[in-house]
Amino acid sequence: MGAEPLIRLRDVAKVYRSGGRRVTAVSNVTLDVAEGSMVALVGPSGCGKTTVLKILAGLHQADAGEVRIGNAASGFVPGHDVGMVFQQALLLKWRTILDNVMLPADILGLPRRAARARARCLLELVGLHGCEDRYPYELSGGMQQRAAIARALLHDPKLILMDEPFGALDALTRERMNLEMRRIWRDSGKTIVFVTHSIQEAVFLGSSCAVLTAGPARMADTFEIDLPVERGLDIKTTEAFGGYVRRIYGLLGLE
Amino acid sequence: MPDAPGPTSPPAPPGGADAAEAALQRREERRRTAWRWLAILVVHVGLVLAWQFGVRASGLPAVVLPAPTDIIVTLAKQNYAWADNTWVTAAEIVGGYLLAVVGGVVLALLFSWSRLLTVAVFPVLVTLNMVPKVALGPLVITWFSYGLRTNMLITFSLCVFPILLTTLRGLREVEPDLLDLVRSLRGSRWAVFRTIQLPGSLPFILSGMKVGAVLAVAGAVVGEFIASDRGLAYLMIQVQSSLDTPAMFMAVLLLTLLGMALYLAVLLLELALVPRDARR
Repeated sequence: MGAEPLIRLRDVAKVYRSGGRRVTAVSNVTLDVAEGSMVALVGPSGCGKTTVLKILAGLHQADAGEVRIGNAASGFVPGHDVGMVFQQALLLKWRTILDNVMLPADILGLPRRAARARARCLLELVGLHGCEDRYPYELSGGMQQRAAIARALLHDPKLILMDEPFGALDALTRERMNLEMRRIWRDSGKTIVFVTHSIQEAVFLGSSCAVLTAGPARMADTFEIDLPVERGLDIKTTEAFGGYVRRIYGLLGLE
Repeated sequence: MPDAPGPTSPPAPPGGADAAEAALQRREERRRTAWRWLAILVVHVGLVLAWQFGVRASGLPAVVLPAPTDIIVTLAKQNYAWADNTWVTAAEIVGGYLLAVVGGVVLALLFSWSRLLTVAVFPVLVTLNMVPKVALGPLVITWFSYGLRTNMLITFSLCVFPILLTTLRGLREVEPDLLDLVRSLRGSRWAVFRTIQLPGSLPFILSGMKVGAVLAVAGAVVGEFIASDRGLAYLMIQVQSSLDTPAMFMAVLLLTLLGMALYLAVLLLELALVPRDARR
């Protein structure tokens, strides 16, 4: 891993003004995200984790602190280097799955032929081979979310941002998607920052983890998750896994 | 389990019992559709026949209620210039209607883009919508003199509101997260409109266009009633003074056919543009 992180956040804060009142959405977020890592932002509702994600996506400006994305070795082009996945798949219902995955190409004006070929490869990667010409309503929630992940990868962005990507799925599908996500992350080699309020998910997926608390909205701690790269669901029963889960419980005051 | 198997086993292609079942269902549906059309045809032909023989049996004079055959033969009267008059009215309807479609969609787009415009102008439009447009006819004619363009304007004023309002609803029905997704790609407003808002609001636009299509004929007719020198409704006023009731019926019939043609065109457009599960 290169010495210089892809993302460098120092004391980042964001304040919303609503009707004369100032609401701190998030404060003192200090975080380094190494290139090629998968970082979990975990915390309860209202802790500002989505705000951090939106700042990284360039959708919000931070009110204080330093935000730097990209480094000397690897430049960062806003717009071209961000892929987003949300809790809902948000597929366009009038487009086929393949054309849905093509959406970033349409918006960025990428060459269509190459993008189409890449979209097919990505559908293969996320396990949707054979679904190219289907419409979203023909797919289950989990399959739709796979398509949304392929769409986020289409324009080959350096950074993938995921906001509760599996929050709308049932528990079993979610476990399966967690396994798949580890594989997709390793196969694609992307830097991924994802938001979750599932502590188990954060520890299982993350190569590191930032814990945010609500009221006051601030970052409590950030640490590496030093578990084997090769992770099966059985890792959740190990002592090391439990240790990380307990640590997050402690930070969130749930112990 | 709602989720599909992993990458190793792609979803099974449709086939076997499911395909046979689906084919059976399609055939059944086709049969029912055929029956429905037959019923529609029989009822309409039956009504016309009842009209024809009812009038003949009762001996009502054609001035009061002409039989269908009395109406048809008026087409032969050269001095009524049916083709020209139909053409003029059709031009008024289609012209005013197309203006309303373009104007309604463009206005809706501007409203969805600009909060200021929405706050400042939209309430005025809502109030204007309350004005009975038909009552504005004499004013419009005072301002612009009578003629084809004035009648298009009256048609436009009747059709534009339903199209504007439904389109606006469609444009606003965009998931905020989807907008974020496009913005994260630095997509322009135009990109949002082109890739998401326009296709997403097509079902809404078309439902507004259907309402507008019905109103369009009324707009042209009102214009011609108030002041004109051509058109089917103008002709109606003329033949009324000579008590040619069959010709009045013919004019109404042709106006109805114009309205149906316009409605049909919109339906075909919807069939072509909107996927089945999104039609309104």
